[in-house]
Amino acid sequence: MADFSFFILMQREFKIASRSVQQFLLPISFFSLVVLLFPLGLNPSPQLLQTIAPGILWVAALLAILLSLDNLFREDYEDGFLELLVLSPRPLALLLAGKVAGQWLIIILPLLLIASLFGIFLGLPNHSLGTLLISLLIGTPCLMLIGAIAAALTVGLQQSSVLITLLLLPLYLPVLIFGSSAVQHASTGLSSNPQLYMLSSLLILTLTLAPLAMSAAIKISLSQ
Amino acid sequence: MTLRVENLTCWRGKQALFDRLSFTLEPKKLLLVEGSNGCGKTTLLKILAGLRPPTSGLVTWQQTPLDAMTEEYNTHLKWLGHDNGMSRHLSVIENLRINANLFACEAKGIETVLHQIGLKPFQDTLVKHLSAGMKRRLALARLMLGHSSLWILDEPQTSLDKAGVALFESLTSEFLDQGGSVVIASHQPLGIAPNYIQRLNLSACH
Amino acid sequence: MMITHYLHKIASPAAFYLFCGRCLPWLIALFFIVLALGLYGGLVTAPADYQQGDAFRIIYVHVPAAWMSLFIYLVMAINAAVALIWRIKISEVIVVSSAYIGASFTFLALVTGSLWGKPMWGTWWTWDARLTSELVLLFLYFSIIALYNAYEDKRVASKAISILALVGVINIPIIHYSVVWWNTLHQGATVTKLDKPSIHIDMLIPLLEMAFAFNLYYLISLMQRARNEILKREFNSLWVKKLCQESSNE
Repeated sequence: MADFSFFILMQREFKIASRSVQQFLLPISFFSLVVLLFPLGLNPSPQLLQTIAPGILWVAALLAILLSLDNLFREDYEDGFLELLVLSPRPLALLLAGKVAGQWLIIILPLLLIASLFGIFLGLPNHSLGTLLISLLIGTPCLMLIGAIAAALTVGLQQSSVLITLLLLPLYLPVLIFGSSAVQHASTGLSSNPQLYMLSSLLILTLTLAPLAMSAAIKISLSQ
Repeated sequence: MTLRVENLTCWRGKQALFDRLSFTLEPKKLLLVEGSNGCGKTTLLKILAGLRPPTSGLVTWQQTPLDAMTEEYNTHLKWLGHDNGMSRHLSVIENLRINANLFACEAKGIETVLHQIGLKPFQDTLVKHLSAGMKRRLALARLMLGHSSLWILDEPQTSLDKAGVALFESLTSEFLDQGGSVVIASHQPLGIAPNYIQRLNLSACH
Repeated sequence: MMITHYLHKIASPAAFYLFCGRCLPWLIALFFIVLALGLYGGLVTAPADYQQGDAFRIIYVHVPAAWMSLFIYLVMAINAAVALIWRIKISEVIVVSSAYIGASFTFLALVTGSLWGKPMWGTWWTWDARLTSELVLLFLYFSIIALYNAYEDKRVASKAISILALVGVINIPIIHYSVVWWNTLHQGATVTKLDKPSIHIDMLIPLLEMAFAFNLYYLISLMQRARNEILKREFNSLWVKKLCQESSNE
C-alpha cells in the first residue's frame, strides 16, 4: 500500500493551496521584506551589498521557510485530520513526507523567482545566479524536512512559533553556511561544487531520516 | 474480532482517571462509556484507538496487543473524535475522496454514502460553508466508507439535529447487526436496542 | 528479548532510586578527593606556561567543562534512543536531568573560554570555530529544556525531547564541521588552543584528574536530579508511599 501513499497528501496540499492566495503570497512577501531591511539598515553601497548578498538572500529564505512551518500541521491538528493520519493503515512517514513535499513545491517556485530578482537588485554577478538557484533548490528541502520535525513536536503546544524558532535555528546553521558560502564562491568566480556536494549529502541524510522522526513526533504530540 | 482491556490505568497529573479497568467487547456489542465531564472518557477512547499509551495495563485486539499490530488494527478501526477531520478549504466530496484514499477503500462507494447521509445536494460545497450539524454528518459518512469492524466514537451526536441523531442510530444499529463493535462516549440518550448495549460508568471508577 | 527483560529489571524506578541512594555518599567523597588533587596539581604543582604565564591555568576548568558539554549530550542521546526503543522510564528521566547539567557545563565552558580569550587574544569573544559551535551547543540544550517545559504531561515531554536529542546528536558533528569550514574560509589559519600535541606531563595529569572530577560531579548531580524526578513521577506508587511514611516516622 506504500506505493501511492506519498501522493495523497501532496495532492491535498495543492488543492488547499489553490484556494488561498495567502500560501503563495506570505512567504515571498516576508522574504522580500527581510531582504529590504538590509540596504535600509546598513547602507546601499553596491560593494557592501554585493559582498553580503549571499548571506542576506539565504537568511531571508531560511526565515521565510521558518515562518511557514508553524502553520504546517496547525490546521490539520485543529480539525482532527492528524488523528486520522495516525489511524490510517498507510505508513505515516510517507504520508507526512508527501505533505512536506507538497508544501515545499508550493513555496519554492515563487521563492526562486523572487530570490533571483533580489539577487540582481543586490548586485550579485549574473554568473552566480545559477548557483543561488541550485543551492536554494537543494538546501530548502533540508530546511523544510528538519523544520517539519520541529513543527510536529510543537503542534499541540502554546507559543509554538517562538519554540520552533529556538528549536530550529541551531539545526539550520550547516545548511545556511554551505548555502551562502556556495553563492559567495560563485560570485567571486570560484567553484562552488564542494558546498553543493555538502548540501546534497545533507539533503540525502534528511530525506532518509526526517520522515521517520516526523512520524514519531506526530504520534507523540497527539498522545497527550 | 474481540477488543479486550486488562487492568487499564491512566493518570492525568496527580489524579487517577481510571484505575485497573477491565472489560471485553464482543462483536455485535456497543460499549457506552458514560461519566461526567473531565472523567476521562476521551482519554479512554484515545487509548482504545491506540492514539495514546495508558499509564499501565493492556489493550488487545484478537489477543494481540495494540502496539504490536498498529497497521493491521487500523484497517479494522474507524475513529470519530471531537473534531471531524475534514479540511475547511475542501469540498464535501474532495474530503471524502481523500478519506477513501487514506483508508484504501473503493472510491465508488462515496456516491451511495452521500445519498444515505443526506449530503448529496451539497457535495461540491466547501466544508467551511456547511453548518456544524452538516459537518458532523459528513464525519459520520466517513464511518461508512469501506469495511471496518470497530467504531470508536467520541460524542457522535454533537450538533446533530433530531433527524441526524435518528440517522446515526439507524446506521449504528445496522453496523452492529452486521457483526461490528462500537465504543461510544456520550451523555445523551441512545436509541439503540438495549440488548446490544453494555455500559461503563467512569465516574464510578474513582 | 533477554536484554530488554534484564534492562527492565535493573532499570525499575524503585531499584534505581535505592541504588543511587547507596552510591551517592561514596561518590561525593571520591569527588572531593579527586577535585582537591586536581586543583592542587593544576594550580600549584603544574609549571606556568612560558607564553601565557598563569593565565593558562583556566584550562583546568575550561577544557573539562567543554569535554563534559559534548559527553553529556552523547549520554543524553543514547538514553533518548533507549527511552524511545525500549521505553525504559529511567532513560527518560536521565535525558531530562542531563539536559540541565549539560547546559550548565556548556555555559561554564563558554564563560571560561571568554575569560581566557581576554589575555590570549585581547578580546572577550572571537568567532573561533570551537567557541561558536559551543555556543550553538548551548542553544541545542536550551531548546531541549524549553520543549520539555512546554509540555504539560511530563512523560510525553520526555519522549518529545528524546526525539529532539536524537536529531541534535546527528547534527552536532555536522554543525561542528560546517562551523570549522566557515571559520577557515573567513579567517584563514586560526589560533588553536591545544595545538601542541606534547602537553607537559605535569600539566596533563591534573587536567585528567579534573576531567574525572567533573565526570563524578555529573554523575552525582545526575543521580540527585533523577531521584527527584523519579519521586515526582512515581508519587502514587506503593514504594514511594512507603518511603514517605518511613521518613516521616523518623
